[in-house]
Amino acid sequence: MRLDRRRLNGIAEQGVSIFVTLFGLLILTFVIGRIMPVDPVRAIVGEDATREVYENVYRQLGLDKPMWQQFLLYMRDVVTLDFGTSIRTGQPVLQDIARVLPATIELATFAILIGAGLGTPLGVIAAVNKDRWPDQLIRVISLMGHSMPIFWTGMIALLVFYANLGWVGGSGRMSQFYIGLVPERTNFLLIDSALAGEWEVFRSAINHIILPAALLGYSSSAYITRMTRSFMLDQLGQEYVTTARVKGLSRRQTVWRHAFGNIRVQLVTIVALAYGALLEGAVLIETVFAWPGFGQYLTSNLLIGDMNAVMTCVLIVGVIFIGLNILSDILYRVFDPRTR
Amino acid sequence: MDPVLDIQRLSIRYAGAPAPAVRDVSFTLGRERLGIVGESGSGKSTVGRAIMRLLDTAEITADRMQFEEVDLLNAPERKMLDVRGKRMSMILQDPKFSLNPIQRCGHQIAEAYRTHVRCSKSEARARAIAMLEQVHIRDPERVYDLYPHEVSGGMGQRVMIAMMLLTDPDLVIADEPTSALDVTVRLQVLRILDGLVRDKGIGLIMISHDLNLVRAFCDRVLIMYAGRVVEALDARDLDNAQHPYSRGLLAAQPRIGGTREPLPVLARQDSWLEPLEAQA
Amino acid sequence: MSMTRDIPAPVPRRRMPQSLIAARNIVAFLTRSPTSLFGLVVLALLILVALFAPLIATHDPYAQNLQATLQPPSGTHFFGTDELGRDIFSRLVHGSRITLTIISLVTVVVGPLGLFFGTVAGYFGGKVDTVLMRITDIFLSFPSLILSLAFVAALGPSLNNAIIAIALTAWPPIARLARAETLTFRQADYIAAARLQGASSARIIWKSIVPMCLPSVTIRLTLNMATVILTAAGLGFLGLGAQPPLPEWGAMIATGRRYMIDSWWLVTFPGIAILCVSLAFNLLGDGLRDALDPKQMNKR
Ligand SMILES: Nc1ncnc2c1ncn2[C@@H]1O[C@H](COP(=O)(O)OP(=O)(O)OP(=O)(O)O)[C@@H](O)[C@H]1O
Ligand SMILES: [Mg+2]
Repeated sequence: MRLDRRRLNGIAEQGVSIFVTLFGLLILTFVIGRIMPVDPVRAIVGEDATREVYENVYRQLGLDKPMWQQFLLYMRDVVTLDFGTSIRTGQPVLQDIARVLPATIELATFAILIGAGLGTPLGVIAAVNKDRWPDQLIRVISLMGHSMPIFWTGMIALLVFYANLGWVGGSGRMSQFYIGLVPERTNFLLIDSALAGEWEVFRSAINHIILPAALLGYSSSAYITRMTRSFMLDQLGQEYVTTARVKGLSRRQTVWRHAFGNIRVQLVTIVALAYGALLEGAVLIETVFAWPGFGQYLTSNLLIGDMNAVMTCVLIVGVIFIGLNILSDILYRVFDPRTR
Repeated sequence: MDPVLDIQRLSIRYAGAPAPAVRDVSFTLGRERLGIVGESGSGKSTVGRAIMRLLDTAEITADRMQFEEVDLLNAPERKMLDVRGKRMSMILQDPKFSLNPIQRCGHQIAEAYRTHVRCSKSEARARAIAMLEQVHIRDPERVYDLYPHEVSGGMGQRVMIAMMLLTDPDLVIADEPTSALDVTVRLQVLRILDGLVRDKGIGLIMISHDLNLVRAFCDRVLIMYAGRVVEALDARDLDNAQHPYSRGLLAAQPRIGGTREPLPVLARQDSWLEPLEAQA
Repeated sequence: MSMTRDIPAPVPRRRMPQSLIAARNIVAFLTRSPTSLFGLVVLALLILVALFAPLIATHDPYAQNLQATLQPPSGTHFFGTDELGRDIFSRLVHGSRITLTIISLVTVVVGPLGLFFGTVAGYFGGKVDTVLMRITDIFLSFPSLILSLAFVAALGPSLNNAIIAIALTAWPPIARLARAETLTFRQADYIAAARLQGASSARIIWKSIVPMCLPSVTIRLTLNMATVILTAAGLGFLGLGAQPPLPEWGAMIATGRRYMIDSWWLVTFPGIAILCVSLAFNLLGDGLRDALDPKQMNKR
């Protein structure tokens, strides 16, 4: 890449905008944290602490200081990656999250593979057959995926494929017997079990991940299909597609070799954004499948009002989202010869 | 000599359109250069695309539509894949849009060759580079590796010509090949195209708005109006055109050394829709 | 969004009759496509059922009958009974009122909020625009469910708070749309004329710009309703939305979950209800998008 002045300016501008968004994120989580009805001091010291202990902790938390000072303190904590301890687990929040996040990433990655693998070809087929029956069918299929309450579909799928048919494993990341069998190195179960050579565990893990990942993937494929279709329609109307046909390429070669190449860049962006949106579905699906991941950690802390943990989770989701946006931007530049 | 192309009473209606875009168009083409002129929307491109069989959804009827031994009305798509790009090809208007933006120019030229001739990659490359030389590109090795946005319009159109003539087709349709180009490079590009077409004995259909250009580069001219051919005549007889629409078109052409009067504007008449013989 | 530009800009004074005609045309167009028709019918049903819930319901939705718990679907209990012997059909029917309430309240909050921020940002441009759009960016940098979760956690779980949380997360896309619309009108002659006559900015925005943005914003709101319904149901399911014994569909699924293996009807019917309504909004939105795309209109 050439680093000319314009590019540098662009990067600087983007840097500023990322910084501002991050700052806004902090304000938002700070405000939400302050209006919480849960008394953070009570949550730490317990119901029957003496007044003295209470006051002590109150001051330790800096709650006696004015708001702006509290915000500065909060910023200092965030910058030094000190997010406090979770009341529920008694561990530093960051450590908790590092432990549960791999489970969610594993699930989301599996899901996005399914979602993109399904959604992209469906979108292309729909575009090529615009307004004919395959297009209509695909439209209904993808709108279904967009409309289903995923927690409900998860329950029904468990009922059918696990309880009745027994095709897949039930809830959790693996069978009960295998828990604790594999040394935790990366916390990605599929990787850990493969590293340890425990292929039984690996199979069990696949068996367990396939159903939630398929559902998440289906729901994100809805979005990917729609976008692929509209990108593809744009491209199919372009003159270079005519050129390709004039050269004597078949329909299929025209579509995949020429038109598809031109939507790749946009697709990467879309898939990155869909990956972020999966986190949302993960919150619900993890609850249904008792998946010990980030979503479950977030909801269980929500219900008991563990403020530190919740706000940190929200902040991290925001950071992941911004990160994905930046990533898709970078990929865009790398893949498109015109922006090189 | 057998004609390359024989079209009789061709009519084309786009899907969902109330009226046909092209009606009863007939002409034959030998190894010569035929110009089609007419105002915007008169159906010139539609005729060209119908001959290439690119209009999948349009309704096409004709008494006869013959390209050499191929019956264009009934040939299956598989047959057309052999014909298109190998024996007939088409030069599109604007290289900015008609070249794939994310593939290197040379690759796109070579692809045209490799689609129809079994050969190694390096052979196709050599062919493409030789062809780039023939369209007067000075540094073909370098241009081969450029992306379309990195070449100028005139160069892009020469890349397009190289791509479409590489397989030695018998028929080339050039749909306004120079109207997107800067005036200064128009003639240059046209001369290159003209030279190649003459050398290789290719039948050429040149679609254009520009009567002067057609007069200079074609043997015969079809004049189209509202989807019909209103007059067909030799290029050198163009000044003697009979049909009032043709005369109107001619009068509306600017000329060097002409009067400074405002150019006349066409006053349309319904009777123009009748073919010439019927009017007489 | 491309659809913003596809709407012909009517002259403000003649708006009413024109928009009425447009609305009639759109409905006529929608009824021609089977999928949009499905959407229209389901929504009409939802409204009717919600209006006449007491007449349609066969039982009191809160009446417990411990003698008849977990009864499978039958002639007296169309969709069976739950763990407290309440009639699921009647609960679903009354639940439609909650759904409708959520939809209308969110619309009432989100529409004006989004319109206000969007038109102000678009009209004034410059710094105001930058600041307001930064704010929407920050909101948009969260998945909406997560942000609603955070808000509900802060406000405490209840139906009202869930609605507030959803509304707070649903306005930024509307604001973006309204801003884009405003930008296209801002240069129009009649706006310039109004400015020359000395009309105040507030007046111009209120009288001239807001009415122009209304159609596309309305459509966008319809499209967003599917997401709103799913988010509300999700919150209910997590126990953060409507609280028992309210017959909210998501919450019904949450309580039915424990008995799911033996009594499938507890979760199946509320789920189908949610699916149908959100699918209806999606199909309708999809059809509306087609209806407003002039290229599509000519094709059919
Ligand atoms: N894809 C299409 N679908 C429907 N109608 C079309 C389509 N393409 C062209 N038409 C119509 O067919 C008629 C002829 O169009 P055509 O493009 O052949 O004109 P043209 O003579 O090439 O004009 P120009 O000089 O502007 O290129 C026009 O009325 C046009 O509106
Ligand atoms: Mg044309």
